[in-house]
Amino acid sequence: MPRLTVDDLKKIKEEHKATLTLREGGSRAKVNVHMGTCGIAAGARKVMETLLDELGKNDVKDVLVTTSGCAGLCSKEPMATIELLNEAPVKYVHLNEEKMRKIFAEHVMNGRVVEEYALVMGSETAY
Amino acid sequence: MEKYRANVMLCGGTGCIAGGSLKVKHALDLEIKNRGLDNEINVVITGCNGFCAQGPVMTVYPDDVFYEKVTLQDVPVIVEEHFIKGRPVERLMYKEPLKKQSIPLMKDIPFFSLQVLRALRNKGLIDAEQIDEYIARDGYQAAAKALTEMTSEQVVAEIKKSGLRGRGGAGFPTGLKWEFCSKVKGDQKYILCNGDEGDPGAFMDRSVMEADPHVVLEGMIIGGKAIGANKGYIYVRAEYPLAVHRLQLAINQAREYGLLGDNILGSGFNLDIEIYLGAGAFVCGEETALMRSLEGKRGMPRPRPPFPAVKGLWDKPTVLNNVETYANIPQIILNGADWYKTLGTEKSTGTKVFALSGAITNIGLIEVPMGIPLRKIIFDIGGGVPKGRKFKAVQLGGPSGGCIPEHLLDTLVTYEDIVQTGAIVGSGGMVVMNDLNCMVSVAKFFLEFTAEESCGKCPPCRIGTTVMLGKLTDITAGRGKKEDIEVLLDLSQDIIATSLCGLGQTAPNPVLTTIKYFRDEYESHINEQWCKTGVCKELCTFYIDEEKCKACGACKKVCPQGAVAGEKKVAHRIDQAKCIQCRSCYEACKFDSVQIGPRSMRETLRNKQIETPAGKEE
Repeated sequence: MPRLTVDDLKKIKEEHKATLTLREGGSRAKVNVHMGTCGIAAGARKVMETLLDELGKNDVKDVLVTTSGCAGLCSKEPMATIELLNEAPVKYVHLNEEKMRKIFAEHVMNGRVVEEYALVMGSETAY
Repeated sequence: MEKYRANVMLCGGTGCIAGGSLKVKHALDLEIKNRGLDNEINVVITGCNGFCAQGPVMTVYPDDVFYEKVTLQDVPVIVEEHFIKGRPVERLMYKEPLKKQSIPLMKDIPFFSLQVLRALRNKGLIDAEQIDEYIARDGYQAAAKALTEMTSEQVVAEIKKSGLRGRGGAGFPTGLKWEFCSKVKGDQKYILCNGDEGDPGAFMDRSVMEADPHVVLEGMIIGGKAIGANKGYIYVRAEYPLAVHRLQLAINQAREYGLLGDNILGSGFNLDIEIYLGAGAFVCGEETALMRSLEGKRGMPRPRPPFPAVKGLWDKPTVLNNVETYANIPQIILNGADWYKTLGTEKSTGTKVFALSGAITNIGLIEVPMGIPLRKIIFDIGGGVPKGRKFKAVQLGGPSGGCIPEHLLDTLVTYEDIVQTGAIVGSGGMVVMNDLNCMVSVAKFFLEFTAEESCGKCPPCRIGTTVMLGKLTDITAGRGKKEDIEVLLDLSQDIIATSLCGLGQTAPNPVLTTIKYFRDEYESHINEQWCKTGVCKELCTFYIDEEKCKACGACKKVCPQGAVAGEKKVAHRIDQAKCIQCRSCYEACKFDSVQIGPRSMRETLRNKQIETPAGKEE
């Protein structure tokens, strides 16, 4: 990778906004597994493995999987945020393999939020 | 004007008309007339209702019943059922999609709605291992601005104007620190980051380093520009492996992009950053000790002045800031000092990150505007004390801080207000305690920590904390003497006044605040040999108030010693010879019938129990 200039920074910013915000023509859903120390200690790796397993088994290619750090609610880890195109992100809490499989089948594949595992809907605003 | 019993507002927007609402209107009018209701029910065509997808739609007033997808076939049913019999037709009524209905929105949950994310703006949002995602969220834009559009003086002035104060605990104005160092002449200067987070119950810096490592690097680049440093170190404790891993990845990526190294962004400014692993000594969070440790020596503080801004790492001018402080810098440069000051109070601007732990429902990491009342943090954001227990106190600032009792919960969280209570804002650890906590034991816990972590260089801290710990151990073990409280207060003043560094100067705070707010607990420990919370095993007797006992067996079930005797309908009793004071029965009882008495009750009860075994009438 060449050394960046200020203009390069702007280009990268525009290019990669897409991975952060879903848009038409890109992935139809994004699953973000929170993997800070708290999440990992509570079992986030298993949740992640399960998710990847389901994606592979179902041959799903249009779902973006990503990780991030602590979502702030350590006592409710493992957590994941699922966002479908044109819909508000939903945060799921206290996940395990079984719950992840159900959420995958219901929410990711069929667009039905699994209410019993969901905590909240929407994005946090940064100021 | 005629007064109708009901008004039907039928949508006449384009969508509904296309769906047949005019035909519905005609059919409704006809049906109403046929049933002789035309003087009672009025049908009005309205403008677009906005719910075109469900059209034709109509609302019936005054019932406020909303019908959707009304067809010609539905008209007689609505007239018959609703207008004549008064039974709205449920089949046609609007049903909110279930999934949207029962999940709360962020704005409905105080945990989310009361937070303001600045330092944590990328929290849980970006992949910490992808520099491009950081850049996509305006990452390195502030560094670009500082390096290519601003002079060092302008950067310093902006940070100074923002009022940002060091988030590591002491709250020293960051801009001022930078200004001191920038004015010192020197061929080599260093910019350091303090990631040696060591307070029990604090995990703010770890979370920032794990979730958003690039923000730390960017903050340091801007700081480096401000003071003229071309070498930086991040001092992180080795107990934070994930933070270290992600920081290292971030450094590698930034180097590859030329965001670290020589001629950053073509600006001519050079800075490289390395990670230095600390071995986990608490004292190394103190700036002069941290620098010694970084030099490869034993981490011990030295007297100041000279201040690190003049003589720091390897005796060169150095600035050390905390992780969270750096996380605030890019946003200040991008949005300006005035923007930063829109939150907080005059002397404590912006936001502060706190780590909530202990007896609180929402254990986690939060960011709130400075000046928010403590009560709001604990009860609204934190969700209060779980399991029906009562709030007792909150420890702010870890072992250097103090506990704040319930009656001071309306204190505003600012550097100047919190210090009035005897606690400090500190680095942001908030440990909540409930009514099961013995405050003498809490003070002892923190003193154990500071006595253990004292580096041993200066006698007031090395000997003072040990003596204080001895007194506290005596009090909790039933060997306390009447004069101990005064001795503790005296010693505290001496240690604060004469210790070399912040560790010793703040170590007595937990003792001072617990004596200030919970002196009665110290007194009952010493004078009555009675720890009323049942934490100090030597100072309590567990017994059952047989009049209150419902003989539910909850205590019997949890007792690991089989010390509880009693059957259904027979008040239970604790065998004092078997009881180990584990408090399980007390916590299990739902009827308040397990009581905690002073130590002296044990003998009396034991003698009594020999005479009258459990289950028998006295």
